[in-house]
Amino acid sequence: MSSPEKKWKTIESGPHTYEDALHPVVRANYGKWKYHEIPKPGVLMHVAESGDTIYTVRAGTPRQDTVDMIRRLCDVADKYCDGYLRFTVRNNVEFLTPHQENVEPMIKELEAMGLPVGGTGMCVSSVSHTQGWLHCDIPATDASGVVKSMMDTLYHEFKNMQMPNKVRLSTSCCSINCGGQADIAVVVKHTRPPRINHDHLSLVCELPKAVARCPVAAIRPTVVNGKRSLMVDEAKCICCGACFGACPAMEINHPEHSKFAIWVGGKNSNARSKPSTMSIVAHNLPNNPPRWPEVTDAVGKILLAYKEGGHPWERIGEWINRIGWKRFFEETGLTFDEDMIDSYRHARTTFNQSAHVRF
Amino acid sequence: MDGAESAASKEVQKSDEAGMEKNENFLNPTPMLDELEKGPWPSFISGFKELAERTKKPMLRGVMDQLEYSYNTKMGYWKGGLVTVNGYGAGIITRYSLIKDKFPEASEFHTMRIQPAPGLHYNTAMLRELCDIWEKYGSGLIALHGQTGDIMLQGIEQDKVQECFDELNQAGWDLGGAGAGMRTAVSCIGPGRCENACYDNLKLHQSVLKHFVGVLHRPEWNYKLKFKFSGCPNDCTNSIMRSDLAVIGTWKDAIEVDGDEVKAWIDQKGIDALVNNVINHCPTKAISLKNGEMVIETRDCVRCMHCLNAMPKALSPGKERGISLLMGGKNTLKVGVNMGSLIIPYMKMESDEDIEAFIEKIEEIIEWWDDSGLDHERIGETIERVGLKQFLEGIGLEADINMVSRPRDNPYFKAKY
Repeated sequence: MSSPEKKWKTIESGPHTYEDALHPVVRANYGKWKYHEIPKPGVLMHVAESGDTIYTVRAGTPRQDTVDMIRRLCDVADKYCDGYLRFTVRNNVEFLTPHQENVEPMIKELEAMGLPVGGTGMCVSSVSHTQGWLHCDIPATDASGVVKSMMDTLYHEFKNMQMPNKVRLSTSCCSINCGGQADIAVVVKHTRPPRINHDHLSLVCELPKAVARCPVAAIRPTVVNGKRSLMVDEAKCICCGACFGACPAMEINHPEHSKFAIWVGGKNSNARSKPSTMSIVAHNLPNNPPRWPEVTDAVGKILLAYKEGGHPWERIGEWINRIGWKRFFEETGLTFDEDMIDSYRHARTTFNQSAHVRF
Repeated sequence: MDGAESAASKEVQKSDEAGMEKNENFLNPTPMLDELEKGPWPSFISGFKELAERTKKPMLRGVMDQLEYSYNTKMGYWKGGLVTVNGYGAGIITRYSLIKDKFPEASEFHTMRIQPAPGLHYNTAMLRELCDIWEKYGSGLIALHGQTGDIMLQGIEQDKVQECFDELNQAGWDLGGAGAGMRTAVSCIGPGRCENACYDNLKLHQSVLKHFVGVLHRPEWNYKLKFKFSGCPNDCTNSIMRSDLAVIGTWKDAIEVDGDEVKAWIDQKGIDALVNNVINHCPTKAISLKNGEMVIETRDCVRCMHCLNAMPKALSPGKERGISLLMGGKNTLKVGVNMGSLIIPYMKMESDEDIEAFIEKIEEIIEWWDDSGLDHERIGETIERVGLKQFLEGIGLEADINMVSRPRDNPYFKAKY
């Protein structure tokens, strides 16, 4: 190819600078904010000690954006926000302006672009999710599609603040769960041990590395048709898929046997209760593109019961702590089964070590 | 870079489009993906189509064809590889199609991870420039943002990566982390807008990531190491669960109470709301009513944030602010979910010296992990394997009761008697 003559000498600069990305009113009141209010869904009002006020309009995005979409967001920021904008960790875009009169026209313009204004306070915010079939090398599904399908049904809940507390969702295309712990998480669950390609394995995998990856020591070296390979003790295998990451010849994904599980009660914040991890409440749901109706339906059932029964400020996990798991399953219509009893490390900590019983 | 050039390229593309006049034929049919154009939530498929029809980039067509194929077969078709830029060993996520015979236009679809500004703040000039460079060399697809906290520029061919990076780098952008090294960090909005920010997390983020920039670009550890910086215990970056090193703002003294605003809150919402929605939710029963006045017992407060969240105008964090450091958060694989646990209960974080002292401590921690950890073992897993006590000895920290939720419940250990 072309010889690199106009050689630019790389500057290992790390994160982009942020001072120049802050609105002047933000810069002037940096670290001196007094309080905030949520005048209406999708709008925040922050007041500084100086008396300065900054309004934020928040809108949902598809996360899988394009330069066209981002230029349109820039147009809005140039028109109403002096050229500044930011994003939240849940893929929402935020426009900050000191001018209250810009808020309503901006909302209209964003809605006209097809971007829902909302995602504030006690609502269902957008989903943190993974890359899926579009870009990942080990996905069993396409998180972007699942998320789009779910958010279509939760559109109203994004644009309003009618939940007991905020609801954080995540979606992940394998059990590594890059989408993360959430109030409700939709995560792929493999149900069969990996299928091994013995012809390729020794060519594409470091055998000891794949053996060491297994958390239950189910992988052993073997020879198949005169070739060095690996075998899986299927009785021991817990279908986690860890080996597949180390060894692409141990195919864990399967069009029918890679299913979905639904998890609830993850909470990252320290507010009230300590952060908590999620529990499984449904599994063996089909991986059913392009709209995944079974997944959307199960998530809807949980949200409906929570919306009805949760007390103000209770996150989903806290709501369940109050009403108990028995009532959770009754009220959501989901079914508890024996596979939901933990069988892994620290399983005992999830058993009921008391005489507290719910009838 | 130069705005005129980008504006011009936009115009050129527009006139190209007008000249071709066969938009509807550029993309192949994608009936499965088309289903994702229905419904009110913004559709990424509609976005992809708009971009593909405008730019006529064959890669976009190929990738949509392969994605449609995945939706039909319910399998993924990308494999990794090794693409990088001069002097770096990480930052490009390499993707080759496993079925390039079927979809030759999708044979390469590499991602460039780019580190955004801490707090995900942008001005439109920098974002437009990023878009222009990306459209020039890559597909024009961007994820804002990846779960790593990076800007994900998705879809570039290997022979364009270096040139694209050079141009991005001149504009102030640098690649993010990947592999067994320091990773791109995440910060909440911090002092940029939040009244609860207890330290300047944007500045600390910037300083720490600049300090470790070498090992971010040239990974050489046992496994990945992630920082997240949250301004307060609401932990909007989900740092306790999602990072090896969770830096969370906190305070030591009493919550600041504005008595008039408390009264105004009660007048507006009623005493029932105060009891049911604030006092009863306090995890340590640190709040009580005395003669109708709300009283917080600071010694009982664990800085959970609930009352501040419920009464943002009346209550604020105390004045003696700093950070807590928790360590070891990671997700399920392989030992089960590991939440970060408290390692440094409090450190001041105001001056440049405070930042230097923090970085020094982190270097000691990493050195210990580099010596004691096994291949593919996150630092939380190493601590679990060798023991928290051994870790504390290794890095020279005194045991503190805040590091545990209670003392041990079994008697089997060797003490120094």
